[in-house]
Amino acid sequence: MAGEPGNFDVKVVRKPRYINSDKCTGCGECAQVCPIVRKNEYDMALSERRAAYRRYAQAVPGAFAIEKSGTSPCKVACPAHISVQGYIALAAEGKYGEALKLVKEENPLPAICGRVCHHPCESVCKRGTVDQPVAIDFIKRYIADLDLRSESRFIPEIKERHEAKVAIIGSGPAGVSCAYYLAIAGYQVTVFEKLPVLGGMLTVGIPSYRLPRDIIQAEIDVVKALGVEFKTGVEVGTDVTIAQLREQGYKAFFVAIGAHECKMLGIEGEDLQGVYPGVDFLRDVNLGRKVALGDRVAVIGGGNVAMDAVRTALRLGSKEPMVIYRRSYQEMPANQEEIEECHEEGIHILTQTNPIRIIGENGRVKAIECVKMRLGEPDASGRRRPETIPGSQFQMEVDVVIPAIGQESDWACLTPECSCRLSDWGTMRVDPLTLQSDDADIFAGGDAVTGPRTVIEAIAAGKQAAVSIERFLQGKDLREGREKEWTAVQEVRTEGYDRVPREQMPRLAPHTRKHGFDEVQLGFTEEQVKKEAERCLNCGICSECYQCVEACLADAVEHEQQAQERTIRVGAMIVAPGFHPFDPTAFDTYAYARLPNVVTSMEFERLLSASGPTQGHLARPSDHQAPKKIAWLQCVGSRDINHCDHAYCSGVCCMYAIKEAVIAKEHAGGELDAAIFFMDMRTHGKDFEKYYNRARGEHGVRFVRSRVHSIEPLPGSDDLEIHFVSEAGEIRGEVFDMVVLSVGLETSRSALELAERLNLKVNDNQFCKTSSFAPVASSRDGIFVCGSFQAPKDIPQSVVEASAAASAAGGLLAAARATLTKEKQAPDQVNVTGERPRIGVFVCHCGINISGVVDVQAVRDYAGTLPYVEYVTDNLYTCSQDTQVAMKDLIQEHRLNRIVVAACTPRTHEPLFQETMADAGLNKYLFEMANIRNQNSWVHSANPELATEKAKDLVRMAVSKVTLLEPLHESELRVDQRALVIGGGVAGMVAARAIADQGYPVYLVEQSEALGGQALHLHKTWRGEEIQPYVRQLTEEIQAHPNVTVYLSSSVQAVEGFVGNFKTTLVTGDASQVVEHGVAIVATGAVEWKPDEYQYGRDPRIMTHQELDRRFREGDARLREANSAVFIQCVGSREPDRPYCSRVCCTHSVESALELKKINPDCDVYVLYRDLRSYGEREALYLEARKAGVLFIRFDVDQKPQVELDNGTIQVTVMDHVLQRPVTLTPDLLTLATAILPNRNESLAQFFKVPVNEDGFFVEAHAKLRPVDFATDGVFVCGLAHYPKPIDESIAQAQAAASRAGTLLARETIQFSGMVAGTVQVMCSSCGTCVSICPYSAPSFNEKGKAEINPALCKGCGLCVASCRSGAIRLKGFDDAQIFAMIDSI
Amino acid sequence: MTDWEPKIVAFLCNWCSYGGADLAGVSRMQYPANIRVIRVPCSGRVNPKFILAAFRHGADGVWVSGCHPGDCHYIEGNLYARRKFTLLNNLLEHTGIEPGRLHFSWISSAEATKFAETAKQVVDAVKKAGPAQHFIKKQAEVA
Repeated sequence: MAGEPGNFDVKVVRKPRYINSDKCTGCGECAQVCPIVRKNEYDMALSERRAAYRRYAQAVPGAFAIEKSGTSPCKVACPAHISVQGYIALAAEGKYGEALKLVKEENPLPAICGRVCHHPCESVCKRGTVDQPVAIDFIKRYIADLDLRSESRFIPEIKERHEAKVAIIGSGPAGVSCAYYLAIAGYQVTVFEKLPVLGGMLTVGIPSYRLPRDIIQAEIDVVKALGVEFKTGVEVGTDVTIAQLREQGYKAFFVAIGAHECKMLGIEGEDLQGVYPGVDFLRDVNLGRKVALGDRVAVIGGGNVAMDAVRTALRLGSKEPMVIYRRSYQEMPANQEEIEECHEEGIHILTQTNPIRIIGENGRVKAIECVKMRLGEPDASGRRRPETIPGSQFQMEVDVVIPAIGQESDWACLTPECSCRLSDWGTMRVDPLTLQSDDADIFAGGDAVTGPRTVIEAIAAGKQAAVSIERFLQGKDLREGREKEWTAVQEVRTEGYDRVPREQMPRLAPHTRKHGFDEVQLGFTEEQVKKEAERCLNCGICSECYQCVEACLADAVEHEQQAQERTIRVGAMIVAPGFHPFDPTAFDTYAYARLPNVVTSMEFERLLSASGPTQGHLARPSDHQAPKKIAWLQCVGSRDINHCDHAYCSGVCCMYAIKEAVIAKEHAGGELDAAIFFMDMRTHGKDFEKYYNRARGEHGVRFVRSRVHSIEPLPGSDDLEIHFVSEAGEIRGEVFDMVVLSVGLETSRSALELAERLNLKVNDNQFCKTSSFAPVASSRDGIFVCGSFQAPKDIPQSVVEASAAASAAGGLLAAARATLTKEKQAPDQVNVTGERPRIGVFVCHCGINISGVVDVQAVRDYAGTLPYVEYVTDNLYTCSQDTQVAMKDLIQEHRLNRIVVAACTPRTHEPLFQETMADAGLNKYLFEMANIRNQNSWVHSANPELATEKAKDLVRMAVSKVTLLEPLHESELRVDQRALVIGGGVAGMVAARAIADQGYPVYLVEQSEALGGQALHLHKTWRGEEIQPYVRQLTEEIQAHPNVTVYLSSSVQAVEGFVGNFKTTLVTGDASQVVEHGVAIVATGAVEWKPDEYQYGRDPRIMTHQELDRRFREGDARLREANSAVFIQCVGSREPDRPYCSRVCCTHSVESALELKKINPDCDVYVLYRDLRSYGEREALYLEARKAGVLFIRFDVDQKPQVELDNGTIQVTVMDHVLQRPVTLTPDLLTLATAILPNRNESLAQFFKVPVNEDGFFVEAHAKLRPVDFATDGVFVCGLAHYPKPIDESIAQAQAAASRAGTLLARETIQFSGMVAGTVQVMCSSCGTCVSICPYSAPSFNEKGKAEINPALCKGCGLCVASCRSGAIRLKGFDDAQIFAMIDSI
Repeated sequence: MTDWEPKIVAFLCNWCSYGGADLAGVSRMQYPANIRVIRVPCSGRVNPKFILAAFRHGADGVWVSGCHPGDCHYIEGNLYARRKFTLLNNLLEHTGIEPGRLHFSWISSAEATKFAETAKQVVDAVKKAGPAQHFIKKQAEVA
């Protein structure tokens, strides 16, 4: 992020989701076929999901995504880039057919490769770092063999027939592979083979005990079945030339002649009889020619040809065949199994030995002279260079020498008409990407280009050649999009797996096999395949098996998506990265990792959730039985400096634990014993204390004040024993079925990384650094913060801060407001009023989601028979872009004036179709959906007939309703862009300033003669910031602000109007005036209670907090001189007649106690409390106070401290729970932490039609979702009038109220839904029911005494309509007649 | 009688129970195909007359479902609905309608399982009550 406030450039990276969310219909077919199982993090890993997934069922957008961390190493390493992880995953699920298809996308010869591939995939397999690599090749062989043996083999579909002819020279793996893919592409392919047999080196190079001939035949049969013609015994260059083939109409050539000529050793004696080149030897044997060797056969070389030659020699009867190789076993290029099998068959391998001379006798080989070698430095190939050991020569008598050190090609096929050239190595020169030679129509690949390499490389070349040739024949660019860099995923978890040994390939016993050519490797059993496949670590997560691509009929899956980086210009930034729940795994005390029935509170939330892993059935993890006793342990990862260094209180856990306990008891139906083990019960939020009392009193949740020592398993059961220390210091134990750890909140690592990238300071607790007076401003100008990254907090406070941050950001953006807005132009609406209904019905298949169950055509035809239906059709996807275009045209073409879509749910798709209607000039309310997917085909899939009948019924009902629908108009209302703020305390001033900064005029009304409110009485914030200078500065800013008009000594006398257009009468002294405004903010504050207990008022040393604060401010000497001070908490709070917690007093007392200690360290300070509620980061003060020697003594509400005045001494007597006896203190100062009382708000409540609760505080529209809104539109609340709160929270709430008000002020007009209620005046009996029950105060009596509904306030719920005794109210869009029409047509 | 399948009209509020029904679909939970849903903005919108009308037009059962108490999108419409249906239920019983025909439930938009289970229960109860005859207009039999 670069730039300055108001003008930042932000670089953002958008991760690919691999599913195009615009196309995805959310049907979930991709997840159904996805073979990759993942832990579902949404269910806190208590359930599983697939790699193709939606985070949770109700997620918005409903589109799926694919979790992919990259390409697996096996796929990268494979020269053909087969989706190895994909077919392994499919095999693990037993989907062998799908697996085969996937393999054959890149490799048409899997049964061959499954036997002879050198499998580089296995060399890089990450499982190898755990134990051994997965036996990938053998799994592939199983998959392929299954197909070979099946009655109907997999033969791919030919896409489109083309006339062009292609000649392929050579029927080895490269040639066959190329032929296969060209045939699928629809070309006419002929393969010319010089030898009498097909298969090239596969047939004549590899012995049949490794690769049986029938396997080669079977693989080639599939290629033949695709229409490829094979001509054996035809040598191009001799029997026919390329020039002749061109004349015959061949448009392209693929030269895949392999490398069948043996390289010579280049030593003396190579021309002797008995020197038999390895490839020639194998070819002769494989062609069935009679070959006689002696007993002593020396094969030279360490590759697979050498192994094949020596083992073939053994099978032909040689008694002592051996291998001579100049390097060590490690460098040997032959497959490991081959070497092993040689050993098993008793074949001698002489390593680090090099032949230097073949000695003959009578022209025949007699012996071979060798020299021993040692290994020097690595050479260009990375293998260590062998060096001769001087003087180590020795001779061995041998009958035959078989050199097998490499091959080259025979280029007889290149007759002079070809201009393509060869390299110095005797290989064809081609473009490495396209395989095109210097002749545009000649392509080459395989060993002919690379020199002798592997089967899989040849196959890969064959496919690439096919791609090039197809493009060449179609005149397309050969290179476009093909240059891909393959990089394997780096971060793969390899720890935490059990060691599971690799399955062993069953082999024919050495003594049976070495005398014949029967296949040695017998193949895996299905059980072995499953076991092996399950060893796969799923490195890339998504296996790229592409099943989802096939399953998605909407073509939404895009596996090639890449991360996108873009730079956006912004004026401000809001950071809300949230929290990470504390992970108790590492802490043995909680035994979380060891014991399954110890769960975190987050996991427990999921267990309680209706959409959770148990569908809300309470079951403990170990045995899925319903628990009878559950314990909650509080402060796990909070208020703890020993384990995790989170000294702060997380602020939310007490309340959520109570909620969980109550819900659990409700679920269990009274049979559950729920106990919460806690230190201090911190229910300081609005209405929280009441909830706590109800949990204890009505629900019977047990609250155990204690410190838990350990959790131990109860031997012989899954139950758990908790050991804890009671308040009296006794060690106790209790057994539970299940333990819930109330884990705290911490900042995630990724949030900290973000903070570092953005250069934001964090505090010691790793929350974003902010101040009390600017609670959502980060340390960097222009970046704002909200939610639990600001400090640990609950939902209401997070939502408040979110709005506050928006307000703060809005202040920076005010000048640019609406400069980038683009307005959508819709055509004028066609007037259809009075027209006969002409209904269009669109029935959706939703791919197969509906049509797989419901007979869509039948429903469509049925719809056509319904009255007023003019047009019916069915669509594969009614929501697709092309259908929208078609729908628009059809509406105009058929002059349709009502639309019914029978598809999914209106909750997600209604707006889309309505937009199309608007584009076609049709009023969007002339629309109805029949939900035949979510509420029909998906839930009645086993019953297609009933589902089809139901679909018809639903369509009929929708048609009958839509027939009666009328065009509705969205009324517009002008907004008066001025605000009224009532209350001139800090909250009111902050709200006024925030609105004024955004450019709107504000009237600020204060009943007293000065601005400042309660803040004028306060000393410092809990962070130690001086409050008075802040209030002074804020007051000055307000008074000087050009947009703010302040009315002091004024009050509200009357309010008229509603959102957008209020008229408020203000009274100042005797004068009154009317101000007009669009919104109002209520910030009427609260006052400190003056107590009638604890001898208050009878001694100047007994004070309230505000009185103490004044003495601090004035530097009163009595504070310095006091030898002893006592604070009594909960004075007038949390008592039966005032049951709420006043939230600020605990922190205030602790802070004052510390201040006293600072002034006079020798002063004895006592805090008498019930629960010390220094929530959030305020906990640090509590800790500091205890360290400073402040003594905390707890009391119960039924044993409150007694205060007596006795001869000039204050005597405070309190029952000490730890000592179990009364303690008497004689302080010089006694501070009473008294309750906060709301100002009398009843008249304002009436003026604005907003509610107050029984404690006298205003009631917001929704505690969590709309914490500063009222149900009445256009009126907002903040500060103490809402609930007691410290100054930082008041400021945030004031900013939030300003932000919410801004959402209305920013618009010149407000549009209202057309679906509102209206009265029919003549029918109204003026009973007043609608007026009294409407929660939005929309109905009122007009001057004629009849009820009238203000469409601006109406939300369209229909409560008044259903309650009107006279039937005088109509609800547009859901009117009686329309609903009756639906009922009539059931 | 074995082939008889009851027809049940369900009035579901748009915000909670209709969402729950949608989610049951997303989760592919199976329940009997006897229910015909009429979407209403709020259970408070359901006029008792709708229920009577449904019976009159041949519904064998009626089911009304709204948001949980305290979760109403319109603050308290569901509570008014509850009051109305308690009264109506008494009245229907009084007129001889079997108790298993009219059902009322609270189902949130996350409670797919509860939706499917309640649907099954409603269908079972209505099946037990048999075809509804009371409100169907019949030609008077003239001797």
